[in-house]
Amino acid sequence: MKPAQFALDTPQSASEALALLSDHGDSAKVIAGGQSLVPMLNFRLVTPERLIDINGLEDLAYIRENDGVLAIGAMTRQQEIEASPVIAAAAPLLAEATREIAHPSIRNRGTVGGSLLHNDPSAEYPVTLLCLGAEVEVASVRGNRTIPVSDLILPWFSTTLEPDELLLEIRVPVAGESTSQAFEELARRKGDFALAAVAVALTFGASGAIEKAAIAGTAGRCAQRLTEAERALTGEVPTDSVVGAVAAAAETEIQPVGDIHADEDYRRHLVALMTRRALAKAIGDRAGSKED
Amino acid sequence: MTGERKISLRVNGRQHELEVEPRLSLADALRNELGYTGTHLGCEHGMCGACTVWLDGKSVRSCLMLAALADGAEVTTIEGLAPDGDSQHPLQAAFSKHHALQCGFCTPGMIMAAADLLQQNPHPSEEEVVDWMGGNICRCTGYRAIVRAVMDVAESGAAPPASDPEPEPSSVG
Ligand SMILES: Cc1cc2nc3c(=O)[nH]c(=O)nc-3n(C[C@H](O)[C@H](O)[C@H](O)COP(=O)(O)OP(=O)(O)OC[C@H]3O[C@@H](n4cnc5c(N)ncnc54)[C@H](O)[C@@H]3O)c2cc1C
Ligand code: FES
Ligand code: FES
Repeated sequence: MKPAQFALDTPQSASEALALLSDHGDSAKVIAGGQSLVPMLNFRLVTPERLIDINGLEDLAYIRENDGVLAIGAMTRQQEIEASPVIAAAAPLLAEATREIAHPSIRNRGTVGGSLLHNDPSAEYPVTLLCLGAEVEVASVRGNRTIPVSDLILPWFSTTLEPDELLLEIRVPVAGESTSQAFEELARRKGDFALAAVAVALTFGASGAIEKAAIAGTAGRCAQRLTEAERALTGEVPTDSVVGAVAAAAETEIQPVGDIHADEDYRRHLVALMTRRALAKAIGDRAGSKED
Repeated sequence: MTGERKISLRVNGRQHELEVEPRLSLADALRNELGYTGTHLGCEHGMCGACTVWLDGKSVRSCLMLAALADGAEVTTIEGLAPDGDSQHPLQAAFSKHHALQCGFCTPGMIMAAADLLQQNPHPSEEEVVDWMGGNICRCTGYRAIVRAVMDVAESGAAPPASDPEPEPSSVG
C-alpha cells in the first residue's frame, strides 16, 4: 500500500506547469487534491515517473459570476463549492450534488477539476456538469481550447484531455429565474459512490409547461444526456403520466453496467426511480417558489 | 528528484524540519519520522478515516496527503487536540464516559473528525453528527456510543466530568 517512487515538481504558475507538462506529459501525472490519484498510487494502479503538483497555482481556485456565466477555477475545493452562496444561487444543482461526494475531510482537499477529470462513472460532477451544459477551458503550450463537457467525458474513467493539457476553468450557464434543478442518487452508504444518479434542470414557461428539459444520468458506465427522456418532457405540463413516460424513457436509454454491487436491471430501475424523484423535487421546488 | 526533499511542518505547535521522499504520506511522516503514533493507518486509501488529522485547521485524510505537499503547513494530531498535554479535550472525556471506544483503533480519527464538526457547527443535530461521522469506520462499537459522545459535547458545550452517571438521552438508545 505504498506508492512506487516518483519525482515531484511544484510549479508556482500555470505557465511553469504547462512547460513541465509539455516536456513530461506522457510520463507524468498532475496532482490536485490527490483524493483519487493517491489511492491509485498507493495501490500502484498508476506508476507515473513524476507528479506535477498544482496546489501552488492558487489563482486557479475561484468562483466568479459574470454576464450569466458561472466560472469555477479547476483548483476550487469541493468544500468551497458546497459552502459558496454564489454557487447556491447560480447552480443549485452543483451545491446539492457536492454534498453527496464522499465525506467532509475528503471534500476539504478534493477539487472540482480533479473530480471531473477522474471521471468516475458514478461521480457527481460529470453528470451534473453534463446536465448543466457546462464547458471547460484547458491549456497547453500549444494554446488554449474550450471543450463542452459532453465532448470531454468518455466511458471508463477517460476524457479527451491530452496528456500535455491542464484544466483551468469550468464554465456553467447561470440558472435563470424560471429554472428548477434537482439531483438524486442512490448509494448504499452515506458518501459511497452512487449506484445510479440523475440530474435534472427544467425551465418552465408561463403556462406551467416545461420549455426546456435537461436530464443526465449515470449507472456504472459514464454520465450521459437522456435525450429521449428530455423529449418526453419538453413542451409538456409535468403531470403524473408525463413524469411516468419520462422515467420509462430514461430507463430504456440509460446504458448501465452491472457489477458486484448492482446488476444492469437494478441500475436501470434505479435510473427510472431517481428520474421520478428528481423531477418531483424540481417540480415541487418550482411550485413552492411560485407560492412565495 | 525522486530523492529526499526538505520540508517543514508545524505539528501541534512544534516546528519540525525533515527530509522526505516525494512518495511518503503525511501519515507515515507523522508516525515514523516524527513519532506522532496517535494517528492510525487503517486502509491507506481514504476509506476508513482512522488517519484523520487537521491540516491548517481542517480535517483531512493523512494517508491521501503527500508529506511533501504539506510543506509549510500547520498540522494538528490527536496528541495536540487537548490544550495541554495531560488534560483531555471534552470529546476525549465524552468518548471515555460514553464507552465510545472498544479497541480504540478508530478513535483518534473519530475525535479529529468530530472536533472539526464542532468547531464549524458547535450545536449540530444528531442527524448532522451521523452524516458527518459517516466518513469514519469503527469495527467495534456499532456507532451508537460514538454518536452519543459527540452529542453530549454538542449539547453541553463541554463534556461533563467523567464521574457523572451515564444519562440515557431521550433522543437515542
Ligand atoms: C473514500 C473516498 C470516497 C469518495 N467518494 C466519492 C463520491 O462519492 N463521489 C465523487 O464524485 N468522488 C468521490 N471520491 C473522489 C473525490 O471526489 C476526489 O476528490 C476527486 O475524484 C478527485 O479530485 P482531486 O482534486 O482529489 O484530484 P486528484 O486525485 O489529484 O486527480 C484526479 C485526476 O485528475 C487529474 N487532474 C486533476 N486536476 C487537473 C487539472 N487541473 N488539469 C489536468 N489534470 C488534472 C489528475 O492527474 C488525476 O488523473 C471519493 C474519494 C475517496 C478517497
Ligand atoms: S488510513 Fe487513511 S482513510 Fe483509512
Ligand atoms: S473502537 Fe475498535 S475500531 Fe472503533
